[in-house]
Amino acid sequence: MAKRIEATNVTAYYGAFKAIENINLTVEPKTVTALIGPSGCGKSTFLRSINRMHEVLPGARVEGSLTIDDQDIYDRDVDVTAVRRMIGMVFQRPNPFPTMSIFENVVAGLRLNGIRRKSILEEAAEKALRSANLWDEVKDRLGKPGAGLSGGQQQRLCIARTIAVEPQVVLMDEPCSALDPISTLAIEDLMFQLKDKFTIVIVTHNMQQAARVSDRTAFFSIEKTGDPGRLIEYDNTQKIFSNPSVKKTEDYITGRFG
Amino acid sequence: MTTTVTTHRPRPPAQPATLRAKRLPRYAAPAIAVAALLVAAGVVYGLGIGGPVLVVVLGALCYLAGLFTAANAVEGRRAARNRTWSALIHSAFVLAVLPLASVVWTLVSKGVERLDGNFFGTSMNNIGARDANGGAYHAIIGTLEQVGIATLITVPLGVLCAIYIVEYGRGRFAFAIRFFVDVMTGIPSIVTGLFVLAFWVLIVSPWFNDGRPGFSGFAAALALSVLMLPTVVRSTEEMLRLVPAPLREGAYALGVPKWKTILRVVLPTALPGIVTGIMLAIARAAGETAPVLLVAGGGAAINFNPFENNQSSLALFVYQQAGEASKYSPARAWTAALTLVALVLVLTIAAKLLARRNRLGR
Repeated sequence: MAKRIEATNVTAYYGAFKAIENINLTVEPKTVTALIGPSGCGKSTFLRSINRMHEVLPGARVEGSLTIDDQDIYDRDVDVTAVRRMIGMVFQRPNPFPTMSIFENVVAGLRLNGIRRKSILEEAAEKALRSANLWDEVKDRLGKPGAGLSGGQQQRLCIARTIAVEPQVVLMDEPCSALDPISTLAIEDLMFQLKDKFTIVIVTHNMQQAARVSDRTAFFSIEKTGDPGRLIEYDNTQKIFSNPSVKKTEDYITGRFG
Repeated sequence: MTTTVTTHRPRPPAQPATLRAKRLPRYAAPAIAVAALLVAAGVVYGLGIGGPVLVVVLGALCYLAGLFTAANAVEGRRAARNRTWSALIHSAFVLAVLPLASVVWTLVSKGVERLDGNFFGTSMNNIGARDANGGAYHAIIGTLEQVGIATLITVPLGVLCAIYIVEYGRGRFAFAIRFFVDVMTGIPSIVTGLFVLAFWVLIVSPWFNDGRPGFSGFAAALALSVLMLPTVVRSTEEMLRLVPAPLREGAYALGVPKWKTILRVVLPTALPGIVTGIMLAIARAAGETAPVLLVAGGGAAINFNPFENNQSSLALFVYQQAGEASKYSPARAWTAALTLVALVLVLTIAAKLLARRNRLGR
């Protein structure tokens, strides 16, 4: 199920502005990889280029190669929607579809991709909601609007929506930054469980979170404002947080910079 | 980076010792209002310079002045200004509602005279100046058919155009479309009538009308749709822009294609606002007289076929009856005007209910 992601010399632009430059990094299957670094260093840009969400913005483009199990996702004949079905994404702010109920939100990915059989949808919804640790809280009100849930529940609803399409990789862009500690804990627990099935890449500003949930950590940084972000160090999480090999990483992790 | 910065902080204002403040008693405002009206009535009737309208206007001014003075004396300057501005805002609201209430009252009181079955069941065919009967059946049919056809043409075109501008359009072409839609908003209705008269009635329609120009309800619908189009495009565009980008990204991230995202996520989210914009356009089109007068011919007989022969419309009926030399026609004009307003109101309410049904109850 889970797949290996290999980035080779990935450079991303917003119009003329170069946001990240020459990122080389391999994400192993069934691991949690954390991307950390100061604001504006290109973590999110890199994350969004993994499932081709970067190019949604006008003028944005990506150079270099990104492969998932040896298929280059930026090949000319690659179907973008197929890439995004394989590599799901959870956003910083929970974004349930406001016109849809909880049930419709969870199965939105399936339904909008043409699956109509009620039995299949119901089964998939229950499975995804159980995986997202949300089933017990919402099973009696699946017909209610998704926007009526609390922030933490909405974020888990969005995770359920993402894993309902059974992707191979789940990207998370600061999924807990809008949530309280209890909801954060629920989502971190969830990541541990999801690791069995999916490859997870998470962007976070919270270094304790990176240390808690991830197997490997990539530290991104910029020289100064306006420069492109670069990958400074990429290693096992334990190594990064106890004995980083680059001075800059150590400075960032100990709070002396950034 | 440790630099010592010495700042001269402004001293905080002296804190009041108590949180309580003197307030005008509850009866003060109504009492001042009554006093102001009495003073105004005394001045106006004493000097014999006007009637009740001047009393109310002068009374309102006296009320504002009295309120400010009293509040200033008791509660202080800030509270006095607050009260005066609140009163001003309320009177602005009353001023805005007054014409509306007056229009509705006039329509209902004058329109009720001919509000009978005969009015809604007969046309003006063979009705002379001395006949008390006659109705607007043919005009109601005309309005419904013309506005209906115009809506059928305009709504798909306008919504698709707005979707193009917001979701797909890049660069000069989209800019040009937006610009010309803006220009279209300012076209007077008589000009669209002339356009359809010249283009459709005189040039195109003779081809399938044995060489004679074909005045018809459909021509009126064309003119109305030219009028409706910019309103529909602009309001739909604004509503689509209000749909948050994360919703679109959420759908893209599930592997949903762009067109399906627009159809199933973006449009439903913006639907209530789009419906409001469409209803505004319909209301405007239903009240248009000039284009119908020019291109529909405005017959007196019932004609169900919008593609052939003259048709009338309610707005045109009002215009014709108001100018007719018959003592019975003004009543018919008022009732037709009342019918037109009621029709638009019913359509608006129905559309709002329909749009709300699609949203989930909280």
